[in-house]
Amino acid sequence: MSALRGLLRKEWFHIKRDRRTATVLVMLPVVQVLLFGYAIRTDVDNVRLAVVDPAPSNTTLALRNRFAAAGVFRIVASVPRTEDLEPLFQNGTAQQAIVFDHDFTEDLGRGTPAQLLVITDATEPNTGALLQAYAQAVIQQYQFALPASPARPASIIVPVTRIRFNPTRESKNLFVPGLMAFVLTIISALMTAISLTREKETGTMEALLVSPLRPWEIIVGKVTPYLAIGFASVLLVLVEARLVFNVPVRGSIPLLLFEGLLYVLVSLAFGMLISSRTSSQRIAMMGVFLTTLLPNILLSGFIFPLESMPAILRWISYVIPGRWFVAIARGIMLKGIGLEYLWRETLYIAGLATVLLAASIRSFHERLE
Amino acid sequence: MSDIAIEVKDLTRKFGNFTAVDHVTFQVKAGEVFGFLGANGAGKTTAFRMLIGLLQPTGGSARVAGFDVAKQAEEVKRRIGYMSQRFSLYEDLTPRENIRLYGGIYGLTLAQIRERADAMLQRLGASQIADTAVRSLPLGWRQKLAFSVALVHQPHIVFLDEPTSGVDPITRRQFWELIYDAASRGTTVLVTTHYMDEAEYCDRISIMVAGRIAAMGPPADLKREHNVESIDELFVQLARPAA
Amino acid sequence: MTAIEAKALDKKFETTVALDKVTFSVEKGELFGFIGPDGGGKTTLFRILVSLMIPDAGSARVLGFDPVRDYRALRQRVGYMAGRFSLYPDLSVLENLMFFASVFGTTIEREYEQIKPIYVQLEPFKDRRAGALSGGMKQKLALCCALVHRPDILFLDEPTTGVDAVSRREFWDLLGRLKDQGLTTVVSTPYMDEARRCDRVALMHRGRLLVVDTPDGITGAFDRPLLGVRAKDRYKALLALRTYEHAHSAYPFGEVIHYTDNRIDAPVDRLAADVKTFLATSGFGDASAEPLTPTVEDSFIARTEEAA
Repeated sequence: MSALRGLLRKEWFHIKRDRRTATVLVMLPVVQVLLFGYAIRTDVDNVRLAVVDPAPSNTTLALRNRFAAAGVFRIVASVPRTEDLEPLFQNGTAQQAIVFDHDFTEDLGRGTPAQLLVITDATEPNTGALLQAYAQAVIQQYQFALPASPARPASIIVPVTRIRFNPTRESKNLFVPGLMAFVLTIISALMTAISLTREKETGTMEALLVSPLRPWEIIVGKVTPYLAIGFASVLLVLVEARLVFNVPVRGSIPLLLFEGLLYVLVSLAFGMLISSRTSSQRIAMMGVFLTTLLPNILLSGFIFPLESMPAILRWISYVIPGRWFVAIARGIMLKGIGLEYLWRETLYIAGLATVLLAASIRSFHERLE
Repeated sequence: MSDIAIEVKDLTRKFGNFTAVDHVTFQVKAGEVFGFLGANGAGKTTAFRMLIGLLQPTGGSARVAGFDVAKQAEEVKRRIGYMSQRFSLYEDLTPRENIRLYGGIYGLTLAQIRERADAMLQRLGASQIADTAVRSLPLGWRQKLAFSVALVHQPHIVFLDEPTSGVDPITRRQFWELIYDAASRGTTVLVTTHYMDEAEYCDRISIMVAGRIAAMGPPADLKREHNVESIDELFVQLARPAA
Repeated sequence: MTAIEAKALDKKFETTVALDKVTFSVEKGELFGFIGPDGGGKTTLFRILVSLMIPDAGSARVLGFDPVRDYRALRQRVGYMAGRFSLYPDLSVLENLMFFASVFGTTIEREYEQIKPIYVQLEPFKDRRAGALSGGMKQKLALCCALVHRPDILFLDEPTTGVDAVSRREFWDLLGRLKDQGLTTVVSTPYMDEARRCDRVALMHRGRLLVVDTPDGITGAFDRPLLGVRAKDRYKALLALRTYEHAHSAYPFGEVIHYTDNRIDAPVDRLAADVKTFLATSGFGDASAEPLTPTVEDSFIARTEEAA
């Protein structure tokens, strides 16, 4: 039997024997996607507010100023007619809109109920509800600040709320591909990092080193079995995305699986590189968390939009494979596009995987020091 | 205090169907150095753990320093010292800090700790290394210090688990002199070891085979009775059929 | 034919000197032992010889290969059993063996003759996980794994540490059998009594070789009169002996105290009588003293005292 086959078999025995760990490794991404998918919500900061004010007056301007001064809202557009709101919501320019009734100023002056419409994009139910509450609070404060008049009831402004559904802004659809990237990276990098450093800790690495095995054999022998596990995770997470979160896969499923496999490979290679430089499982674990956790949360564009980041962070984000995988996964799943648009991203990930594997083979110590 | 430091009657421990320790009975007198030998898996470690209150017996009884290990484990622990090759001193602390730590654990006052630390370090000739981190001390020093630290609260009985493996011959002998010194001042010493020649340093030894005590007595008597040259030979004779 | 030739090997770890000008040679077919306590440099020396470490200075040849330059070729032909046995605890006995065979591009079947004497002892447990084996069995499995590619030289780093006396004895019997087949074997051990099982031994202490010789050569070179002293209260007798004006050293050796005298040329029987008289007058009427043949351990102690 060839040395490489022997290595693969042995690694497979390790995985098979430790079913609990194997199950955890495969299921962890599924569970994490589930938890994060429900837990992560858009921040109600910087709410993009559109205003429809058919008859501007001091009164309407005062209320608009209150919104602007509340700190949460940013008025992105002011349009004369309600119909003009449609494209704003469609392309995501606006998240929320306040629509003054034509007679708003007069009604308020007369002491009769004044109509105010608040429209909220509530694709994300929690965020939507929060936005509504904020808007109501601003309106409320404005009412209290009005000069008291016996002729006027306490609640004079009648806000009517309406919820909009906007499919292109559905946050789950955007989150799930990002989550996949994030979770798969960490698990994959951890698998190889721990598996290699464990052999260093238990002393079996000494026996491997003193044998004629070449570094590339040891590394390929370690990466391959975990590629299978990682691929199982990719499959399960995709099924979950489809069934639990109803995220569509509009593009080619084989292409998506291939990209997933490539992404797992780059993460495994990264874990390998870390472990070839560390001697204990603990340090390898910390190394993986430090180098994958934060960059993938912050700079992959999965939670925080890259467009609104300072240039330097945006530049850093270019080296993070997660960023490219998020783009690929969103592209295939949501936009239904194929390799003709995603070849650059794909090439980058494949190239990075090659470089990382080569680097871990090169930096693999053939001796104990 | 009575003359008997350890009294074990029909002590038994089962793990499922497997009987690791099978009706073991023996006594150790105060001030005695008692060697506890056995092949790997003969039940030596299990018996040892029961005596220091870390493992509940499933049958029989054991009284250590006058207390029942099953019901009064805390009382037992307060009156025994323990040292093993694997765990002895905190390596990032100095000897003095280790003494202070263990003294504190056993409720000694600061004045007591200081006094005993000085006396101990002086007796060991270790005053000049008292403030060096244990990590950077040679193994031999560490073992001697660990033994002394195990005695800091003046326990009735001290349990030593393979205390001298890997130590150089001179240090090993210095270590045994420390044991004799403690015993001559009334401390009972129970020691496990893989060095069969080391067994001959003990006043009495017991050899466990398959959960039972196969031989017990002073090394010289045992050698005579079994007509062997060394305890090593006796051990092989007793343990081989079971191995 | 020389199997190993080491010249002035030096190795330092930060400030600790692990090896200090270690020079020796091992003949083909020899069973050679490095004997000494932990921290003496045995493991570092072995790691250098099997190409896992690079010495700071000095040179070595193992089977004619330089472990620094020709490490690839050397690794094909070396069998090495590391101090911690290097087994996969979650793999069965058979799987461990198969794996190590495959690493060297061979199979158990092909090498069966070589490992047979050990393998027959492991066979009843072949499906048991290595982690569930007793210390003695683990040790045999590790030896089997180190032999499975039919190496030309075998390095065993503390194979008997932490293993009970019975298994230790069986293990040395196995090494004796391998020697009969002509295999060059280098063993390290902290147990002085195991020196007797080797053709030649090197006593090693604090990175230096105190002496390299046959066990008989080593004990034969012990040139002080040695007495075995027995007394009922051996601790007090030991302390008393050290106050004797002619005493060179007195150490407990189990039930007996090993005593050496400064009067190198005096007849041992007279010294024995003198010591007995001294002890009797010091209150040890039951004490006896008789001449002893020195052991390797006596030699080790004497030589470390000299070195200090």
